[in-house]
Amino acid sequence: MSIWVDSNTKVLVQGLTGKEGRFHASKCSEYGTKIVAGVTPGKAGQEIDGVPIFNTVEDAVTATSANASLIFVPPPFAADAILEAADAGVELVVCITEGIPARDMIRVQRIIQGLPTRLIGGNCPGIITPGQAKLGIMPGHISIPGPIGVVSRSGTLTYEAIGQLTALGLGQSTCIGIGGDALPGTNFIDCLEAFAADYDTEGIVMIGEIGGTAEEEAAEFVTQFVRKPVVAFVAGQTAPPGRRMGHAGAIISGGKGTAADKIAALGAAGIAVAKTPAEIGTTMKRALENQSLID
Amino acid sequence: MKVHEYQAKEVLARYGVAVPRGQLVTEADQARAAAEALGGRVVVKAQIHAGGRGKGGGVKLAADPKEAVELANEILGMTLVTKQTGPEGRLVRRVLIEEALPIERELYLGIVLDRSEGFPVMMASKFGGMEIEEVAASNPNAILKAHFDPDTGLHPYLARKLAFGLELTGDAFKSGISFMNALARAYGDTDASLFEINPLVVTTDGRVIALDAKASFDDSAMFRHKDILEMRDLDEEEPLEVEASKYDLNYIKLDGNIGCMVNGAGLAMATMDIIKHYGGEPANFLDVGGNASQERVAAAFRVLLSDPSVRGVLVNIFGGIVRCDMVARGVVAAAEEVELSVPLVVRLEGTNVEEGRRVLAESGLNLTVGEGMADAAEKVVAAVGRTS
Repeated sequence: MSIWVDSNTKVLVQGLTGKEGRFHASKCSEYGTKIVAGVTPGKAGQEIDGVPIFNTVEDAVTATSANASLIFVPPPFAADAILEAADAGVELVVCITEGIPARDMIRVQRIIQGLPTRLIGGNCPGIITPGQAKLGIMPGHISIPGPIGVVSRSGTLTYEAIGQLTALGLGQSTCIGIGGDALPGTNFIDCLEAFAADYDTEGIVMIGEIGGTAEEEAAEFVTQFVRKPVVAFVAGQTAPPGRRMGHAGAIISGGKGTAADKIAALGAAGIAVAKTPAEIGTTMKRALENQSLID
Repeated sequence: MKVHEYQAKEVLARYGVAVPRGQLVTEADQARAAAEALGGRVVVKAQIHAGGRGKGGGVKLAADPKEAVELANEILGMTLVTKQTGPEGRLVRRVLIEEALPIERELYLGIVLDRSEGFPVMMASKFGGMEIEEVAASNPNAILKAHFDPDTGLHPYLARKLAFGLELTGDAFKSGISFMNALARAYGDTDASLFEINPLVVTTDGRVIALDAKASFDDSAMFRHKDILEMRDLDEEEPLEVEASKYDLNYIKLDGNIGCMVNGAGLAMATMDIIKHYGGEPANFLDVGGNASQERVAAAFRVLLSDPSVRGVLVNIFGGIVRCDMVARGVVAAAEEVELSVPLVVRLEGTNVEEGRRVLAESGLNLTVGEGMADAAEKVVAAVGRTS
């Protein structure tokens, strides 16, 4: 099993006719993901790499029964693209676009709150269930199927963690990059909850970074609801306050959001925190061994 | 994006937020006319992008236009050191001359995005002049909060709640409510990320006015606010960061001596962390981004090497979208161009890694290959020498 995406997921791509959209959609398709439609207003009737293009998400869903959307629309139009997908009843929306204004995301979150749509991102690498489907821009070859769920605010640091797990023979159930923005559609808790309920996930790797209090909230959730081993790393232990470290959400402000606070909260929740980013895989391996001693 | 106080007030005034009358001057002589127009008694305020200006001697009261000129002369051109500028301080290039107000009370009002709630929150406190963090730490109940949706603005009952909490009465109550409404509207309409009015003053005649104003705006939304984007003051930014931004590079200068070039913000932070773990100090944060071209990699390399404190360089690339061979070619091109003279450690992983390693090996560059992050970090720290 896995969470949210598998070999049956039927994907439409918003922005498939753009350079980025086309490139990454072809990579997803090579990985085995079912890409069934593209949406670009005004380009209905065209085909990109054999995939039919529709004017609206609604048309694409009606024609292809797509149940997930992958978005590569430029930032000024990305929020509208998310809302269009949600309005058409798409269950899972993965928004790769980086640089969506926070105000647009406030509106998106308010509107989709009452809808059955799950949004992942923006500014995220996407989601992959190894061997089944990849909706995003992460390299597929570094993942292998297995029992570890991975959730991360970062992109390449997620690849680093996945690479370490794979090298140790620890495959992954599903890996999710929730993105580096201040207002991500899906947060740590959503993923932890889903991984906790997934029979095939035996351990969870959680990669946080400075800024906000999402890691602290996740730690609280783990204390109360997660009985599987959880391993964490927090990036930005050496970041200076008041400076935005690349990601819109990665900033220590008003004395909040420091790595030290997050590591303390995670540790207090019984989560094994990797001391360095090179030890994420080995820390997970040890946590699993400890768990099997208890079981 | 940060702006100066005078610019923040200019933006706020457009939305009907009450601000003192004032005039910006860049030469001391101009202060006389400004002060005369403002009634003689004025405040002379240094304009830099850092707080703590008053304590640093950058904000002074002038009794008359003559003194205003003297003070402007003193402040313009001074290197103002505050707790936010660092010991090197900041050169003052402009001062704001403002009317001196008859102040009865000093309060605090601010707006930031509350990520947990997914909405902006207006925060108010009776302790004007104090840092909100200090108030939050010592007396959290003293901070009143009201969340609002930028699409609808601050609900009247919430504005009333804050106004009652601030113990505003009579004219000041009405004036305070309209101030809050205008501030909330300005926040949403301008895609602000932070407003801080500290202090917010109540005058003896019952007006509520922004004595100081700090504003930051969402970089991602500046495409729809060209007028605000024009307020960017490059003099207030680190020259290397300005240079880097021309190439869409995320570069932040730090105090150490190991230059880093990494793809991805999370991995870049993690690379800084592991350098520190092995006893070194990163000289910068540098994210070359997800789809860096060879030119961009070369530009990144030039930028990080123009920092004179760099004694060694660590390149850490996990190629997903970025191909390792392309990164390798960019590094080689830049290293040749700048005649690299410091130790270079390169760790490549991911897409086209073999080809990337071959390009590096055949370049004739004097570099060390790192196997994994830990090994690469250890090697660069060993080459440069531990600093802690």
